Amino acid sequence: MGQDLFSTDPAESQGNHSLLQEKINQMQGSRLGSRRLPTVPALGRILPGGGLMAGGTYSVENSSTLAMALLAGPSGSGAWCSVIGIPDFSVEAAAHLGIELERLILIPHVDSQWLTVTAAMVDVVSIILTRAPATITGSDAARLKARLRQRGAALISIGSWPQSEAVLSVSDNRWGGLGTGSGHLQTRQFRITATANNGRSRSTDLSLAELKHGGWPQLDGADNFRDTHRFVPTMVSA
Amino acid sequence: MGSRAPILAPGRSATRTMMLWCPDWPITAILRDLAIPENAPLALIDKGEVFACSPAARLDGVRRGLRVREAQARCPALTVKHYDPDLDERVFEPVVTAIEQIMPGVQLVRPGLCAIQTQGPSRYYGGESLAAAALIATLTALGLTAARIGIADSPFAAEHAARATEVLVGVEQDPIWVVPAGGSAQFLGSFPLEVLEEPRLTVLLKRLGIRTLGEFAALDATDVRNRFGIEGALAHRKACGLDHRSVVARTPPPELDVAVDFEPALVRIDQLAFAFRTAADRFVERLRETGLVCTVLRVVLHSESGEVSDRLWRHPRWFDADDVLDRVRWQLQGGGLIEHGLHSGITRVHTIPETVEDLGDHADGLWGTGPDESIHHGLARVQSMLGHGAVLTASIAGGRMLKDRRVFIPWGDSPAGNPLTAMEKSQPWPGRIPGPAPATVFDEPQQVQVLDTQGGSVDVDSRGMLITVPSEFSPPGATVRMTVHHWAGPWPVTERWWDSSGRTLNRFQLVDATGAAWLLLLEDHQWWAEASYD
Repeated sequence: MGQDLFSTDPAESQGNHSLLQEKINQMQGSRLGSRRLPTVPALGRILPGGGLMAGGTYSVENSSTLAMALLAGPSGSGAWCSVIGIPDFSVEAAAHLGIELERLILIPHVDSQWLTVTAAMVDVVSIILTRAPATITGSDAARLKARLRQRGAALISIGSWPQSEAVLSVSDNRWGGLGTGSGHLQTRQFRITATANNGRSRSTDLSLAELKHGGWPQLDGADNFRDTHRFVPTMVSA
Repeated sequence: MGSRAPILAPGRSATRTMMLWCPDWPITAILRDLAIPENAPLALIDKGEVFACSPAARLDGVRRGLRVREAQARCPALTVKHYDPDLDERVFEPVVTAIEQIMPGVQLVRPGLCAIQTQGPSRYYGGESLAAAALIATLTALGLTAARIGIADSPFAAEHAARATEVLVGVEQDPIWVVPAGGSAQFLGSFPLEVLEEPRLTVLLKRLGIRTLGEFAALDATDVRNRFGIEGALAHRKACGLDHRSVVARTPPPELDVAVDFEPALVRIDQLAFAFRTAADRFVERLRETGLVCTVLRVVLHSESGEVSDRLWRHPRWFDADDVLDRVRWQLQGGGLIEHGLHSGITRVHTIPETVEDLGDHADGLWGTGPDESIHHGLARVQSMLGHGAVLTASIAGGRMLKDRRVFIPWGDSPAGNPLTAMEKSQPWPGRIPGPAPATVFDEPQQVQVLDTQGGSVDVDSRGMLITVPSEFSPPGATVRMTVHHWAGPWPVTERWWDSSGRTLNRFQLVDATGAAWLLLLEDHQWWAEASYD
């Protein structure tokens, strides 16, 4: 592989360039000088950098609950959140996990204008939960990422996302309370695995109750994580 | 209402007044607004009782205060409408404007009743009766034929003179009653005490043997004041034809609404938006000149085929020209696209500021008014891209089905006006699902399969009992079959069984082999996934 990258054939080197660039992008991340957004402590432990990064993109593979739990931190501390292109979003579950409905904007149907709408919402809210269309290209994702970094917002995608900081997934669901023909769902235990873009993965075993967290640090002026006058960001050493 | 002239000032402070009275104004207003013929039986309902009714309904025995059912039983052809006080005022407004065209100094007492100072008009028209006749002629031109006018020394006496015209019959029938100057006390003399609308005082006076205004007026003013206090003294002056109120003319409000007529009619929305652009600017500019901003806007669209589309639009802050234009466009397109054609051409666009507030209350601070403003601007941008109803805020309402518990309100609309939020979530909802809320509630239920050990679909019998036990499950959009690990049900839900839109179904919770939990519905032998605990 290493030999191939330095091939002399011009056509091949063109391809190699983009390959290299992609590799650099992947390893670089967006962590230089970035700040942490409030994150549920249980998830902060397994995310690279110790929590959600402003300007970061995360993909959640198979669990809406997990995605909502990521939203709860910024929302609980006064940020505005947006859910784009997910008509099946359950408002009740979101409220239970600690998302403030007054500061939640839903755009369930975006049709073909997903990129435009998402880019516009990056300017407005601090954290976006979305289901990316399958057609999204690497360059669109990179442009959106630059915008996120500039605005200090974060994006959580249900399903895959090119160049995400971490891929989170849920496995080993164990439900309590439901029998065979009796009872009802009461408790849930699961394992959450976060795979960072450098390939390292960490996982934790949690119960649903542990995803709920109160007592977020309050920001004065709603969504301003950028407003350094009011909010002293936690600098993270790379 | 009136300015407080020094109470009980010596001498005759009352002004000679002309009082215009339109009987049954609420009925007249709704007949005019809905363009219903005058002889149609119609009743206005307020709090379940008849508030007012048209003459045709009255002939059939409908009276004020009747229950709706009773009124409908007496007059089967009765049209029933809800009483709307705003409508009264809205329809009376052009009448007042028309009066102001011919005589200044109009005071609006309430919709259907207004006072005019007589002095100016009587000199101009050459007499009080002639002035009143000119007023009647103007109103007749507007289509108001039932108006009545009383002229007397005080607003109180003039109002009762106007009402007294109803008793004139035959050759004496005349919509105008002029009480000669100084004759008001004598005119009022025979009226019962109830017209004072002071129930406590009336009872007291009756016990003292006083039954008419004349007898009351004959008492000494000082004695009345000493015995009955200020309330009694004011009533005494009214009875003497010396009302303490005088006519306070209103200042005609500035013209704030903007209407644009299109000739020929426009058929494309983008054309219309372009043509209305300058009018929207003018609308906002005119409000700004008067130091106001509009927070609730009414847009009325008239089409070539005679249809009228009327809608209220709210705004979380206030409307600027772009917002006004957006609302007009959204109202035109309904759910369609911007390039969408219209059914018939639009001939007239009329924007009315329904609620205005002081500009000072909405001014931007020196460093801006904080993040809400930027959020609003951003969301308005997305709304103009996708339409008003695409950007939503959510709240939780009451209901059994999970979809009913989630209420979306377009950004900028007030949640108070939404009928869906009226379903209280704090009320008990038997049949709602206990335990953690599912994270995915399907917008449309997804078809799934639940099979028993024999491979047949699981079903319940007519008594609501399971016939076979679930053993295999295939999730929405998949053909694989998975073993059912845990399940519970059936939990019957019967909604609105009295109604054809009601439904009867059974709910199940189910955990499949992958550990995914589902909330399933069994309705009409068909399985659906209502929600997923993912």
